[in-house]
Amino acid sequence: MNWLTQIVALSEVNLRTLPARKGSVAAAMFGIAGVVAVLVGVLSIAQGFRHAMTVSGNDDTAVVMRSGADNEMMSGLSGESARIIADAEGIARGPAGPMASSELFVIIAVPLRSTGKDANVPLRGVVPATFDVRRDVQIEEGRTFHWGRNEVIVGAGARREFVGLDLGSKIPVGQQEWTVVGIFGANGGLSESEIWTDAAVLQPAYRRGNSYQAVYARLESPDLFQNFKDRLTTDPKLNVKVIRQTEYYAEQSTVIVNLITGLGRLIAALMGLGAVLGALNTMYSAVASRTREIATLRALGFKSSPILLSVLAEGAALALIGGAIGAGLAYAAFDGFRAATMNWQSFSQVAFAFSVTPTLLAQGIVYACLIGLVGAVPPAIRAVRLPIAQALREP
Amino acid sequence: MTLGRLVLANLMRRKVRTLLTVLCIVVAFVLFGYLSAIRQALSQGVDVADADRLVVRHKVSLIQPLPGSYEAEIEQLPGVAQVAHASWFGGIYQKPSNFFAQAAVQPEDWLSIYPEYLLSDEEKDAWFRTRTGAVVGRATAERFGWKVGDRIPIQATAWTHSGGNRLWEFDLLGIYDGAKPGTDTSWFFFHYDYFDEARDFGRGIVGWYVVRIENPREAAAVAKRIDQTFANSPAETKAETEGAFLQSFADQIGNIGAIVIAILSAVFFTILLVAGNTMAQSVRERIGELAVLKAIGFNDGQVVGLVLAEACTIAGIGGLLGLGVAWFVISLGDPTSGALPVFFFPTADVLVGVGLALALGFVTGSFPALQAGRLRIADALRRLG
Repeated sequence: MNWLTQIVALSEVNLRTLPARKGSVAAAMFGIAGVVAVLVGVLSIAQGFRHAMTVSGNDDTAVVMRSGADNEMMSGLSGESARIIADAEGIARGPAGPMASSELFVIIAVPLRSTGKDANVPLRGVVPATFDVRRDVQIEEGRTFHWGRNEVIVGAGARREFVGLDLGSKIPVGQQEWTVVGIFGANGGLSESEIWTDAAVLQPAYRRGNSYQAVYARLESPDLFQNFKDRLTTDPKLNVKVIRQTEYYAEQSTVIVNLITGLGRLIAALMGLGAVLGALNTMYSAVASRTREIATLRALGFKSSPILLSVLAEGAALALIGGAIGAGLAYAAFDGFRAATMNWQSFSQVAFAFSVTPTLLAQGIVYACLIGLVGAVPPAIRAVRLPIAQALREP
Repeated sequence: MTLGRLVLANLMRRKVRTLLTVLCIVVAFVLFGYLSAIRQALSQGVDVADADRLVVRHKVSLIQPLPGSYEAEIEQLPGVAQVAHASWFGGIYQKPSNFFAQAAVQPEDWLSIYPEYLLSDEEKDAWFRTRTGAVVGRATAERFGWKVGDRIPIQATAWTHSGGNRLWEFDLLGIYDGAKPGTDTSWFFFHYDYFDEARDFGRGIVGWYVVRIENPREAAAVAKRIDQTFANSPAETKAETEGAFLQSFADQIGNIGAIVIAILSAVFFTILLVAGNTMAQSVRERIGELAVLKAIGFNDGQVVGLVLAEACTIAGIGGLLGLGVAWFVISLGDPTSGALPVFFFPTADVLVGVGLALALGFVTGSFPALQAGRLRIADALRRLG
């Protein structure tokens, strides 16, 4: 018998003995499935958060803030600066003038549904040009607010995660009450976690006079960014920093993504170790109980390497199936799961959905195969190294 | 042959399996340690908050400042022992991801209202006397390798000084430790007076007040009194106990924290289940031998004791090792590059871990042990085939 036929024959023997080894095989598979499900599940949290942050940014949009500010909260621009920025060359023009959105960004306390406790919800004051710059915003229910009135529209994510932001409800702001007149969506982007109102109404309510915090400018093309940036940063009348919207959101999500991936990797490493140990234990028992069987095969003339390979192949196959089950479970349980959490960098809540991407699934399955191989190698080596005569005598 | 040697001989019979089982339990308890530390870290130090401290902030949101004049008014109120204030600085050291909290405070007031920040008398004196002086907690000092005497440059994000200059430089004059393991030693404090006189705008405002009250039982009443004092003013306040204030931060993390903790707990128990199953399995394999022991005169109690002792030995060794390893790796710092400033293994949880290890030994040992105890010798010997 040549080497290949030996492997085929052995694999067949392995397959036929599977029913007899149901318990231990199922345990190994279940363990690996669990590891993969958890790994994929935890990392999908970070992935979903990142997605919410990146889907929001446009390459052709620049964010202008006060020089040195690392987020809107810390920024501040006078009405005069905002006007100078809006008049800058390179900004696309719409029917209503330049597409430069001067915005005010504050937070208000609204209870989270999941905990019932107050959380920081972003309240954004916007101007008519905002709707030209943030093209993904669409009113889903109700209507948009009337300019100059105490009315707000609420992002779909914010309505879902917080108490009392439904259509028609009232939000106390300072001494007044503002009415929710509409719900808007933004393709699952960041804006969906926010409440929007007229900046001119928000300024006096927060005693901001004629000031804004950031200007979002839509440029005629993404390539004009560097020119636009140089023009504004060298203008002696301004003291600003200019950053692409996509980069701004990526920066804003580093802390939380680090937190979740840090924890996720740690958990996965420990679990992987536990699973390797479990798999080793299972495979050792499986190989130990087949010591005589393997010795018989070798007495019949089977070579060591095909036997080794067949044991490894079984380990890898188990891991692959277990990994696929785990990945499927994670997808079913976590994909699209909605949550909200605090983004410490913007000091406000972000509503997002967990997202299980193909990359994550592939990562999980590769990890599973590694675990399976590491768990199968030592027992397999032991099985083929025992002297045949001694192995045949084993109980 | 004593019972102890018999247990040892049984454990050493399948060395690999015993070793793997012990390692499995070690991993489970390392995980348990991390679970405790993460839970503690996500709770933002609520359980070390002082019951006699109130935090007073702007009613609309924490980002709104309060007038500095409120300090004198709050001090007059009945039930108030002491008032201090702090202002958020929010600067950047080297790069934005090096985040740590910075606040401008009145040093004497701050240290007396927060006695858990431990500084030597020399460090205190030096800080009180130096306008540009600052102190920082041990966690942040170690993170960046700062020493007393260093000049720390911090780029302001909002608070420029002397006509738009963003760079503030502080002299590090002290590194404080926490009196309790849960004390947050990540904050950086500097002089409010220096900050207030140097900044370009917003003079005379502060971020929030911390109030020490005479009687913790009157916390709610005093908080209400403070809020009523400033009701209908341009800057209304929200006063609450420090615990409630920190809890509101912990709650902001929302269900993400709960999900991570739930997953970790499930994993911990799954690993224990697998290990326990292996342990029970190894006893079941030896039913015949136990019958032999009974046949040569061991009584039921001795056989049960033997099996239990074996299980408890494995679980005890694995559990204690795991807790030790967990304690060591957790003391090296948090795995998230500074996102969790307070990261330690609470003593109470260490004790819970020890209890769990013992329980594991008892539970996994008792089922097969009872089986073994009830064993009829003739039946068992027949199984040997």
